[in-house]
Amino acid sequence: MLMTISILMENKPGALMRVTGLISQRGYNIESLTVARTLDPTLSRMTLMVDVESRLRGLVIKQMNRLVNVLQAADLTDAPAVMREMVLLRVRATQENRTAILKESEIFGARVVDSSVEGFALEATGASEKMEEFIAVMETYGEIEVTRSGMVAVSLEAKKLRLAPPISKGQPETVGQV
Amino acid sequence: MSNLMSGARILLECLAREGVDVIFGYPGGVTLPLYDVIYDNPIRHVLVRHEENAAFSAAGYARATGKVGVCCATSGPGATNLTTGLVDAMMDSIPVVALTGQVTSKLIGSDAFQEADTFGITRPCTKHNFLVKDIKELAQIVHEAFHIASTGRPGPVLVDITKDVLQGQAHYTPINEIHLPGYKVVTDGHAGQIRRAAQMMWEAQRPYVYAGGGILAAGASPELKELVETLDAPAVCTLMGLGGLPGSHPNFISMPGMHGSYTANMGMYECDLLIALGVRFDDRVTGRLAAFAPHAKVIHVDIDPAEIGKNRTADLPIVGDVKKVLGKLNRNLKELEPEMASKNSEGRNAWWKQVRGWQAEHPLEPVFSADEIKPQHLMYEINKLSDGKAIVSVDVGQHQMWAAQFIKFDNPRTWICSGGLGSMGFGLPAAIGAQMAHPDQTVFAICGDGGFQMALPELATLVNYQLPVKVIIMNNGYLGMVRQWQELFYNNRLSSVELSAFPNVELLAAAYGMKGRIVHTPMELASALKEAVDEPGPYLMDVRVSQFENVYPMVPAGAAINEMVLAPPQPVAVPR
Ligand SMILES: Cc1ncc(C[n+]2csc(CCOP(=O)(O)OP(=O)(O)O)c2C)c(N)n1
Repeated sequence: MLMTISILMENKPGALMRVTGLISQRGYNIESLTVARTLDPTLSRMTLMVDVESRLRGLVIKQMNRLVNVLQAADLTDAPAVMREMVLLRVRATQENRTAILKESEIFGARVVDSSVEGFALEATGASEKMEEFIAVMETYGEIEVTRSGMVAVSLEAKKLRLAPPISKGQPETVGQV
Repeated sequence: MSNLMSGARILLECLAREGVDVIFGYPGGVTLPLYDVIYDNPIRHVLVRHEENAAFSAAGYARATGKVGVCCATSGPGATNLTTGLVDAMMDSIPVVALTGQVTSKLIGSDAFQEADTFGITRPCTKHNFLVKDIKELAQIVHEAFHIASTGRPGPVLVDITKDVLQGQAHYTPINEIHLPGYKVVTDGHAGQIRRAAQMMWEAQRPYVYAGGGILAAGASPELKELVETLDAPAVCTLMGLGGLPGSHPNFISMPGMHGSYTANMGMYECDLLIALGVRFDDRVTGRLAAFAPHAKVIHVDIDPAEIGKNRTADLPIVGDVKKVLGKLNRNLKELEPEMASKNSEGRNAWWKQVRGWQAEHPLEPVFSADEIKPQHLMYEINKLSDGKAIVSVDVGQHQMWAAQFIKFDNPRTWICSGGLGSMGFGLPAAIGAQMAHPDQTVFAICGDGGFQMALPELATLVNYQLPVKVIIMNNGYLGMVRQWQELFYNNRLSSVELSAFPNVELLAAAYGMKGRIVHTPMELASALKEAVDEPGPYLMDVRVSQFENVYPMVPAGAAINEMVLAPPQPVAVPR
């Protein structure tokens, strides 16, 4: 099933590769991936959508949390969360259909970001299914060009972020020594 | 305190602060600055003959001591040669720090001479890895690497260091604190869960302890022994856990799994409470998962939360360091003992009667013959010489399984075995690491004639450092374990498994400047082994065993663990 994962991780070279590597190692395909810096520039927030057998969802989250660069990985699939995707779309607008396109765009809350004699460039955000409908409607006006951002999500539950405290090199807490 | 030092000096300073006394490695262009400072540094560098073996030796050292093993390789081919050893350490949760050289920062990405994407290649081979491009980060990263390798669930960590960092100069200030906000290790198990576990253990009629490599990693052998004795439960150690409970302990009923004993596997099948401690329910242990321990509730203790519920759902999961958890659990068990212990005594007695019955019915007994050396006989003799004390390192194959079945280990960290990855060529270099760590102990490297040839150049290392490792080749003329599968599952079509052109070991040993001997008959076996052990230096022995012996019991792949094949279908004819 399609699983939505939200990850807070260190903004370091290779951190993204560790997360995606974990997915590709299992032979899964990443359906969508967005990642960007957070307010704290040393951290990044990633939203990942991937098709995972449902009994393995918990394991994938645990294995993500095991990564040294990952501060927190959460499964948002069934959790209260807001999920949005942005669509940038170009549609050919002739004299006859210009008003109709603008009307439809309004219904989807899309904005016109460019207008020319050729047509419009539109920007819309919303849940993925809504965006799919929006694209389908626009397709009825002829050939369109679409770029989708992939999903971004924010959890509506305040999850306590548990961070490891600094470790003094004086007394390392080593296991394995009897 | 702060003074100007080269990156290579800073690196060695950090290693010294981590208590490193030996590095297994192989030099190259990019690591020359490091080798220049190693030249007169107190840390010992052991020159192996192949980087894969540097990683195996470091792991052997770590497996025999519990300390972090360190290996070192140059950029490009040196680093790529390490990878099998890194995956091996990863699969068995062995603390290893691998140091590799990388081309100068400016050249990275330009396909420079001996450039390889070591960071990318080793990402899935390690617990974590680093690329150091700035000398100011070097000390911090080296300490982080040791911390990650040795804590939580141990594992290999690689530090790739560019040549300009090794060569550059910087002010060195000792690092007193490291900060890894995303690296969370839970060591204390949940008190309520532990109490509940104690309750379940007393309530069970047929409790069964299933202990693995985690016991050794945590140094939890004393606590395990106490638990087993308090509960008076039968206990098994997995291939990785051998020595975790003394091999001679009356409650120890050997190893479970594909080549486990009848008793161990039947016990697993019939128990009503499976107490899983530092194990990962590997498929070689569980057989067909759906039919594994079908009547049992499961208590699973592990430091890695991702292991719990991975293959078998736990009725009672406890995340924590198994040493700490068992310490508390034992106290809880003692507290509950007066009120609970007697409740099930009838069921418990019946359980032991059943276990002892299985043992009597199908004991794990060596096979002897007057005309040819049976492999089991070889292990029996090594066991006699070892008396539970020697360090035994093995390769992978039939000999490994017979060694696990017939050699008893009374102490932790004396059985050195590539369990998870099963890498041939492991035995000899791992023995080198173990012998470096324990110069006064007897170390056997038991190899197959196949695996031995994968690590053969390391004989030079043995001679070079005069390490008294006893290399015993169990020579059956075949890639034995593969031959066994072809015989049993591929209509005996023996495809590419016969090993011809095996070198004359007496000449080979002489060529390297060490002692060697071929043993042909059962009569001379015991005295020949004794002679090898008494020899002060390294020894190479080729023991010609019967060629077509197979390892039993065997759970065929895909079968349930109680569906063992106990013996060959009919007497196996030995072609002359
Ligand atoms: C590096 C590597 N290659 C291949 C294998 C597959 N394999 C497992 S056991 C075995 C045969 C080992 O033969 P030998 O070393 O002679 O030992 P024996 O089984 O005869 O004791 C092989 C080829 C392996 N485990 N490791």
